[in-house]
Amino acid sequence: MAQDSGTRTLISHSQLNRGRGKVIYWTLLIVVVTGFTLVFLGPLYWMVTGALKSGQEIAQTPPSLFPKDPQPQNYIDAWNNLALAKLLFNTFYYAIGAVLFQLVFDAAAAYSLSKLRPIFGNVILGLMLGTLMIPAMVLIVPQYVTVLDLPILHISLLDSPFAIWLPMVANAFNIFLLKRFFDSIPEELMAAALMDGASSLRTLWSIILPLSRPILGVVSIFAVTAVWKDFLWPKLVMPSPETRTVSVGIYTFAGGTPMNVVIAASVIAAIPTVIIFLIFQRNIMSGLTTGSIKG
Amino acid sequence: MAITAVPQAPRKPGRPMSPYATGPQRTSLGRKVRDNLTGHAFLIGAVLCFVVFSWYPMVRGIVMSFQRTRRGETTWVGWDNYSRLIADPSFWPAWKNTFYFTVLALVLGYAVPFFVAILLNEFRHAKGYLRILVYLPVMLPPASALFLFKFYAYDPSEAGLFNAILKALHLPTSQWMQSPGMTMPAMVIASTWMNMGGAVLIYLASLQNIPGELYEAAELDGAGIWRRIRHVTIPQTRLILALLAMLQIVATMQLFIEPLILANGAGAEDSATSVAYLIYQHGFFQNDLNGAAALGVIMLVVLAGFSAVYVRLTAKQD
Repeated sequence: MAQDSGTRTLISHSQLNRGRGKVIYWTLLIVVVTGFTLVFLGPLYWMVTGALKSGQEIAQTPPSLFPKDPQPQNYIDAWNNLALAKLLFNTFYYAIGAVLFQLVFDAAAAYSLSKLRPIFGNVILGLMLGTLMIPAMVLIVPQYVTVLDLPILHISLLDSPFAIWLPMVANAFNIFLLKRFFDSIPEELMAAALMDGASSLRTLWSIILPLSRPILGVVSIFAVTAVWKDFLWPKLVMPSPETRTVSVGIYTFAGGTPMNVVIAASVIAAIPTVIIFLIFQRNIMSGLTTGSIKG
Repeated sequence: MAITAVPQAPRKPGRPMSPYATGPQRTSLGRKVRDNLTGHAFLIGAVLCFVVFSWYPMVRGIVMSFQRTRRGETTWVGWDNYSRLIADPSFWPAWKNTFYFTVLALVLGYAVPFFVAILLNEFRHAKGYLRILVYLPVMLPPASALFLFKFYAYDPSEAGLFNAILKALHLPTSQWMQSPGMTMPAMVIASTWMNMGGAVLIYLASLQNIPGELYEAAELDGAGIWRRIRHVTIPQTRLILALLAMLQIVATMQLFIEPLILANGAGAEDSATSVAYLIYQHGFFQNDLNGAAALGVIMLVVLAGFSAVYVRLTAKQD
């Protein structure tokens, strides 16, 4: 996203293009770019290369910048001993399900609140947004007890992916984001579709959703990263080794596993989210900073 | 939890009427009922999830905090859980640590991103690259990032990354997580590194909405850079600043995974125990779900108190 060079910011462009301003600007830019690269990329480099070092090399002082003889063995051990393939598969499976559940239920709810506006819609929206003020930690115990024994149905969702999927639907932020996007879709389009006798579902499917691809993409990306980053909830509701997520699996093994193997596993666990970020970073940026639709 | 962005609402020119209310014809009662039913049908899935996993647990947590369940027998015990929790030797250290973390994280994780955003907003080169860099750690699973800090950065020997840097600069090295005094700052550094990207991006977005004429005018009045920041930038972004302060407090109050991984829970001399960690301990190790629920309610009350004070303060300013 190129910054609109027409608007001036704190310091005027002319000042930055003149003698002293220019020198200061370029010096500062080089310092900041170098500093940021060291601070934000440095640790990641250290992590990836550190896991390639032998036990002796990681313990030497001063630490080496490059692994002397790279040992992919740590990565192979991590992959095999921690059953990373299974852990990654589980996490992927939960992430895909979370995306589907959130898209279907949250988009339908946001559509209703934005366009159909049934009676008490605002009350419901208010109650939903109210949950944003409740810290997750406050709910963790009663939520866990609820999942152990669902009211009315009396079934336990322990070790069932629904224990991750269904609570993720109760996401006020998503509904708010989607509703605001739907609000910006002209009312005339709705009215025209209704005039033509289209049902509400048909209108949602053929008019609203196609126009909302950007925001649906953002919600999907957020859902995937939320599953990937969540720790305590999957740790509680997915206790079996067969159903664990990757973060919980690494944590569980960390106690009795060599340090470098744990780090290698952490690198592997981080790869999917980093790749998603690099591919979709523009969508993520726009989703985080969406003001109103542009163009 | 990373701080999530809250987009600014666009100004809507008057609330448009529902499409069903268009045209002069009066809708019949039957039609109204049917339209409402359709609307509710679309809501039902999400509402059910909110009922089962959000609203009902909230009420249930409060009820649980006044009960005790032993061998399947649930009895009302009044304030017993609360008094038992407060008597727990870790209770006050946990609150002290959590507040300490919140304050440190506010200084670091709240002021720093704002100035980073102001700085980045001035650059006309490498902007995209810098933005990606800042947000990259946000995408890492917290467990991955924290193991990196635990084993490599905070290694107390001189082979550790941070100690090696300190030594190269001829500064005293640190024991990091082994020394009670450094535990909290070390956790704040790791947490800020992981989470500050979100705040930077939100600030950047709101900075881009400031009209350039305001800076122009301030400059003509002879305001230097600092005064421009004070009188233009901060007032123009006040709403976002206020909102993020609140979100940051709510997020940092839930400090949990940092102590769990970096300090194996309590840390040296209870220097890392947090309120959230105590909830986890009581609920899932000491088989005391009721005590954990009570502590959750205490946390909620403390936060509500914060919010009330905060709303009072921000309302006064406007």
